[in-house]
Amino acid sequence: MAEPKVKYDRQLRIWGDQGQAALEKASICLLNCGPTGSETLKNLVLGGIGSITIVDGTKIEEGDLGNNFMVDESSIGQSKAKCVCAFLQELNDAVKAKFIEEYPEALIETRPSFFSQFTLVVATQLVEEWIVKLDKICRNANVILVVARSYGLTGLVRISLKEHTVIESKPDHFLDDLRLNNPWPELRRFAETIDLNAPDPVAHKHTPYVVILVKMAEEWAKSHGGSLPSSREEKKAFKDLLKAKMIAMDEDNYKEAIEASFKVFAPRGISSDLKQIVNDSCAEVDSNSSDFWILVAALKEFIVNEGGGEAPMEGSIPDMTSSTEHYVNLQNIYQAKAEADFKIIEERARNILKKIGRDPNSISKTTVKSFCKNARKLRVCRYRSLEDEFNSPIVPELQKYLTDEDFSVAVGFYLLLRAVDRFAANYNSFPGQFDGGIDEDISRLKTTAVGLLSDLGCNGLTLSEDLINEMCRFGAAELHVVAAFTGGIASQEVIKLITRQFVPMSGTFVFNGIDHKSQLLSL
Amino acid sequence: MAGSVVQSSRSRDLDKLLLRPGNLIGANFEPGSQLRDDLQQYVKVLVIGAGGLGCELLKDLALSGFRNLEVIDMDRIEVTNLNRQFLFRLEDVGKPKAEVAAKRVMERVSGVNILPHFCRIEDKEIEFYNDFHIIALGLDSIEARSYINSVACSFLEYDSDDNPLEETIKPMVDGGTEGFKGHARVILPGVTPCFECTIWLFPPQVKFPLCTLAETPRTAAHCIEYAHLIKWDEVHSGKSFDPDDSEHMKWVYSEALKRAELFGIPGVTYSLTQGVVKNIIPAIASTNAIISAACALETLKIVSGCSKTLSNYLTYNGAEGLHTKVTEFVKDKDCLVCGPGVLIELDSSITLQKFIDLLEDHPKLLLSKASVTHRGKNLYMQAPPVLEEMTRSNLGVPLFDLMGKVLKDVVHVTGVASKNDKKTSCLRKLRVAFKGVDGVTDMDTASGA
Repeated sequence: MAEPKVKYDRQLRIWGDQGQAALEKASICLLNCGPTGSETLKNLVLGGIGSITIVDGTKIEEGDLGNNFMVDESSIGQSKAKCVCAFLQELNDAVKAKFIEEYPEALIETRPSFFSQFTLVVATQLVEEWIVKLDKICRNANVILVVARSYGLTGLVRISLKEHTVIESKPDHFLDDLRLNNPWPELRRFAETIDLNAPDPVAHKHTPYVVILVKMAEEWAKSHGGSLPSSREEKKAFKDLLKAKMIAMDEDNYKEAIEASFKVFAPRGISSDLKQIVNDSCAEVDSNSSDFWILVAALKEFIVNEGGGEAPMEGSIPDMTSSTEHYVNLQNIYQAKAEADFKIIEERARNILKKIGRDPNSISKTTVKSFCKNARKLRVCRYRSLEDEFNSPIVPELQKYLTDEDFSVAVGFYLLLRAVDRFAANYNSFPGQFDGGIDEDISRLKTTAVGLLSDLGCNGLTLSEDLINEMCRFGAAELHVVAAFTGGIASQEVIKLITRQFVPMSGTFVFNGIDHKSQLLSL
Repeated sequence: MAGSVVQSSRSRDLDKLLLRPGNLIGANFEPGSQLRDDLQQYVKVLVIGAGGLGCELLKDLALSGFRNLEVIDMDRIEVTNLNRQFLFRLEDVGKPKAEVAAKRVMERVSGVNILPHFCRIEDKEIEFYNDFHIIALGLDSIEARSYINSVACSFLEYDSDDNPLEETIKPMVDGGTEGFKGHARVILPGVTPCFECTIWLFPPQVKFPLCTLAETPRTAAHCIEYAHLIKWDEVHSGKSFDPDDSEHMKWVYSEALKRAELFGIPGVTYSLTQGVVKNIIPAIASTNAIISAACALETLKIVSGCSKTLSNYLTYNGAEGLHTKVTEFVKDKDCLVCGPGVLIELDSSITLQKFIDLLEDHPKLLLSKASVTHRGKNLYMQAPPVLEEMTRSNLGVPLFDLMGKVLKDVVHVTGVASKNDKKTSCLRKLRVAFKGVDGVTDMDTASGA
């Protein structure tokens, strides 16, 4: 066996040991192992997911050989679940792979308790009726549900669970936590030890921009009644002041200061996103609250008390032109502040735990530390139940999408994916599934779509004829490439949900395989 | 077998798209079983790279009705590939990627024929690439993309009105990933922007200034690059650093660690050392699957016309929520690579040697070590030695004579181009026009450019 550290090196660089450990602990159930399901699992098995259980009641037919890489000629007539399971096991022997030869619909109907053993269920190629039933079961059992469907050149992926909270959201671009517009005493004192007018050119060009900006902002505030530059003219004047401080053309630190001056102009205090989280009703904690919300409650107290309106300090600084000594000192000052803030939050969290009658030490130091470091980047994702969305979608949104050129094809596919399920319930096959009678299917699908739209309260809105025709042409085909695409997306969302890192998608992702103008719909 | 013939056929799902007429389709779409059979019999697809994207592409194309595939890759399988390159197993480590990938896909998808090429892309003759209807790129380097792009564009011919001749367009689909992000694009040389037209999409990697490494290190990466770029050469005079030698890597790590301790800089680890020194790009299975699927789907659509195509650049970002975006980039009409070609006016007495010297100083080209071909005929080849010897005598002959005394024609030149102090192999298409030919006036040249 290969050293897992080496085998997983390229992904450990993304989600680290903790993310990997979460994956290795997770157990996934797959419903239906056509190409969409098989490809979803393939990406998870390669990454070292803990265990998989494949549920599929079908036998392999000739047609499956044309769209599923995990079945082969010698297995025609055998259980698809068994065959796919064997192939997946071959990919990674560290994964526990199991299969159950049964139709998912039968399990949903007769053994709802079956699903509660899993971390997450991936349901593929199920029609609306069963998705809704499964969603109820999963929500009751606190099991995450990911729905994936491939249908001709379209498809969709949808996450369903009550709430998903993220500490390590790892955004690409995020304003550094430098407090240039609101320095605390230690940072101010450090800045005071450095003279911007020092005559030594080497020292001058190695003064980090953090120090330059703290000092210049203070100087500005002194001569402007305590306020920082806010109007366009003031900002320009501030930058000109910085430029005037340069004593040579090659002073990268001053160029960086000018570029970073917007960090001085940025508003103080927490972002509106974070405000929304601390003001969420879940931040009123009780003994049933999750660790995340207990920490949010502690954060809320910190912000109004010790934080003076700010979240705890993140404690890391970006690289910048500087002498090594200044840079290392600066780093230590930021880290010390972060450590002090962490201690306060930890203490506050302990007190809250005590108050609600739980073990005050039940949240680990590592978790609290990570929470503090990422406090400004917390994310809360909530998903409507599928039943709610299907029965009462947000009609104004739906209408907006239908009339928006960028969205009309995607929302058309979304509605038609629902319409074909109604169609199938009425006529026992999908439109265009069999050759012959396509014209009749087209008009039936049109009628079905009109009925659906009117049930949703969107009378008068219509879907494009071209799209309806295409949908019938697709005839419920599960093309391998489309399955690989939707399965790829489903697996990526599973990874984000299980590692609790990065931000899972919101709404319903609708794949548009015609021109790739896919969309996320919030209904 | 029970059931109708069509339903039990292997192409059950694909047939819906290839056999049935549609409304939202490509201009060349002619639905029917003939189309399906032609894809199987006549269409040849080349996959470049058998790595994270290449493995997926081969599988996707094999399950999209294509039966004649070839794959080219110079690398051997490593343990770190196994988290995503699903055609490889632990026991395959050390074997050529192209060969193992081809074998695995053929084992599972009967009827598919995949010819592997275990070599560098530059090792193949230019004409090799002309044999394919479409080229799918699964690469991780800008240089390689640039090279293949220039090769594909070299086949492009323009008519007298500078419109691209359709039958000379060599389509490409290109994918790339990094972590949760990726892109897929369609390149129809002469119609959509080529790789070179939008080269600015791939900004060069930023390097640390040497004075920072030597005098004011601040981060762990600075300490590592000091050990790698400065200290190594100081200590190992003459011995070059090999990133694949773990002893070398460990030495750099321990030196970086010493330097970090000296300056009080935290964060040097062995993993980071490898990452910085080898410029490792994080990679996962799911993103590769998504991007490859988009590329394979576009390949199917371009070849069959069964649906519209991506126009022309798709970006995918799954890190923060899920974002996809299609951008229609525009062609650079002055592009050296996909345009009608750089016009070079020559006196008819200019020898081939003189012409080659001239390319080195040409401000747009700066092309050294040039090999020259005209209409598929080698006029001068720098390598291999046999060809060099065979073509050497042409150097003293006027180019005008070597080109059959036509007044104006296209020649292809391969060589080494210098750009920003970086040397890359490249292929350029040149339009050569001769002047000073007695008794003939070429209106086109006289009025042109």
